[in-house]
Amino acid sequence: MEGIVGYGAYIPRNRIKVEEIAKVWGADAASYKKGLMLEEKSVPAPDQDTITMSVEAAKNALKRAAVDPREIGAVYVGSESHPYAVKPTGTVVAEALGATPEVHTADFEFACKAGTEGMFVALSLVRAGEIKYGLAVGADTSQGAPGDALEYSAAAGAAAFIFGRENVVAEAVESYSYMTDTPDFWRREYQYYPQHGGRFTGDPAYFKHIVGAAQGILKKAGMKPSEIDYVIFHQPNGKFPLKVGKILGFERNQIEPGWLVPKLGNTYSGSSPMGLTAVLDISKPGDMILIVSFGSGAGSDAFIFRVTERIEEVRDLAPKTRHLLDNNKVYLEYGVYAKFRQKIRKAA
Amino acid sequence: MRDVAVIGVGMTKWGELWEKSLRTIFVETALLALQDAGLDCIDSMYVGSMSSGLFVGQEHIASLLADYLGQTPVPSTRVESACASGGLALRQGFIEVASGMSDIVLVGGVEKMTDVNGHEATYALGTAADQEYEGYHGLTFPGLYALIARAHMEKYGTTREQLAMVAVKNHRNGSKNPLAQFPFEITVEQVINSVMVADPLRILDCSPITDGAAAVVLCPVEMAKKLGKPVIKIIGSGHATDNIALSSRKDITWLEATFQAARRAYDMAGKGPEDIDFIEVHDCFTIAEICVIEALGIVERGKGGKAVEEGLTSLEGKIPVNTSGGLKSKGHPVGATGVAQVVEIVKQLRGEAEARQVKNARVAMAQNMGGSGGSTVVHIFEKE
Repeated sequence: MEGIVGYGAYIPRNRIKVEEIAKVWGADAASYKKGLMLEEKSVPAPDQDTITMSVEAAKNALKRAAVDPREIGAVYVGSESHPYAVKPTGTVVAEALGATPEVHTADFEFACKAGTEGMFVALSLVRAGEIKYGLAVGADTSQGAPGDALEYSAAAGAAAFIFGRENVVAEAVESYSYMTDTPDFWRREYQYYPQHGGRFTGDPAYFKHIVGAAQGILKKAGMKPSEIDYVIFHQPNGKFPLKVGKILGFERNQIEPGWLVPKLGNTYSGSSPMGLTAVLDISKPGDMILIVSFGSGAGSDAFIFRVTERIEEVRDLAPKTRHLLDNNKVYLEYGVYAKFRQKIRKAA
Repeated sequence: MRDVAVIGVGMTKWGELWEKSLRTIFVETALLALQDAGLDCIDSMYVGSMSSGLFVGQEHIASLLADYLGQTPVPSTRVESACASGGLALRQGFIEVASGMSDIVLVGGVEKMTDVNGHEATYALGTAADQEYEGYHGLTFPGLYALIARAHMEKYGTTREQLAMVAVKNHRNGSKNPLAQFPFEITVEQVINSVMVADPLRILDCSPITDGAAAVVLCPVEMAKKLGKPVIKIIGSGHATDNIALSSRKDITWLEATFQAARRAYDMAGKGPEDIDFIEVHDCFTIAEICVIEALGIVERGKGGKAVEEGLTSLEGKIPVNTSGGLKSKGHPVGATGVAQVVEIVKQLRGEAEARQVKNARVAMAQNMGGSGGSTVVHIFEKE
């Protein structure tokens, strides 16, 4: 029985409110709060990046899995903010965790779905019997250009999952991928901020692929939305996941436990994986969980997990995601935020 | 001059048509118009398009569209007069049939606006303003119409609520038009509390960015009768210009080109404002509809806002305005708008307007305007 043996999340403690950003740009905060259902977002500190957050989340996953890091045969990090253009994130993470040198690492990149790509491959290698344990992390310090709509949501965070065959906390029932070539959002080499197709990122991109992936995996599993206890969709803003849930026939109470975005922002590759960690934190044995990611470009990965008895034993071994989200927060003013995000450059 | 009839109309659902290109949108619509006319060949065609170059990087579309419609080598002409391109294309087609130069002329209008982002679309539309005296100083169309709105409010006491009522009325009509981009109702409160664009205009005072096309087929009335088609005659056509920069006008609340174009159309038709049963007007912003009905002589100068408030122009009113939903609810693919107004008028006069049908209508008028009123085309139609 393959599945998740340990999971963990990490959220930086810094936050900035939508009003604080809107104030600087003379924008209408109410329209972001009401229209996109965004309130505040996490902000990485100057010494935090995708590598440090991946290590934090993976350490939490290791605490819950209680496995020897040297038995991890694969370390995959999905992100669109890998600190280096050339030089892997995965090697640093694997080294920090003590998983080297007998380990396969790779960095994934597919806009906001790079995290679930790593999960897909790690789970597949475990299923194939190639490795005993596989670690997959989705992490981002997302970029949004100053004043762009993205700036109100682009946040930082990480989620990590260790896949294995024994002592599974959530059995992988089904996995499925759905993708097309749909250029709704992109960033070229040497560009600092991404560009996006505005409203084109909605219907033909986010909604089409999430609906396609969700309907595909439910059909493959022979299940109906009512048989799923919790569902997590990629969360670029507060509104989209609620809307796509409605389209697919899910109720709000199936979505809300994993719906972190109003207070977290969009953590890109970490987005739906972090929602999954929040759901595992509160789920009971036997619960069925559906997660559907979305990455611009565009595509979705979907998984159905069945929670096992073991969840009760591991749940409290590391900080819960909602606890990280709601506690120990520091609110930044825009100036400090701009410095932290390197939007202003210090003299050399 | 020969009498001219509209014998075919075509329009498809408007909106953000991500899956369709400019040529596809146009050809689908033109084929519907030809099918409606019961014809498969034409003598010539005109296409209204404001800025296919800036919106999709394609000029020379008259030939391109004739080709994709399977009509080469017929002569095909693109007509540009900013947002009045469609109305002016109709006038050129009308003149060609009336003069005897051609018998069957297809008139289409098309704009594919969502291939560019909002900033690029605003820029493309802004090229219809006077670049040296307006554009370079930062004025965009919402800004220009906001100046007109503020002046109208100051001069005539037009209220914020009256502006909103234009949008509410047009959305109520548009909710009955299945081809409209936004076929739903809105309230005065929603308009007044929507996002500010250019004070006093808010987002729900503004027509949207739209992909869409519309097409009509014209022929001499005698031929229409032989073909056994319902005869909707074009009995008046007027075209006029004005300073395109607001700063050059004596009174920015007054649309002189609309007044002049209407006067010419009324004269040709032998009709006056009192003879008109319903009108399609160019409500690119709520204030525009108020100024237009004044310039058309439907209401006294300065009384446009009051007229809307009193229900004169509602679907059940004395002179329904924008039964189609107008630019506000139906959408505003700029080059197509002037032709789509004719599609609505023909459907109404044939009795095919379903839930939004105006009863016992015989005479109708279309007013299509470029920029902030620098060009206007007015046509009057009559059911025989």
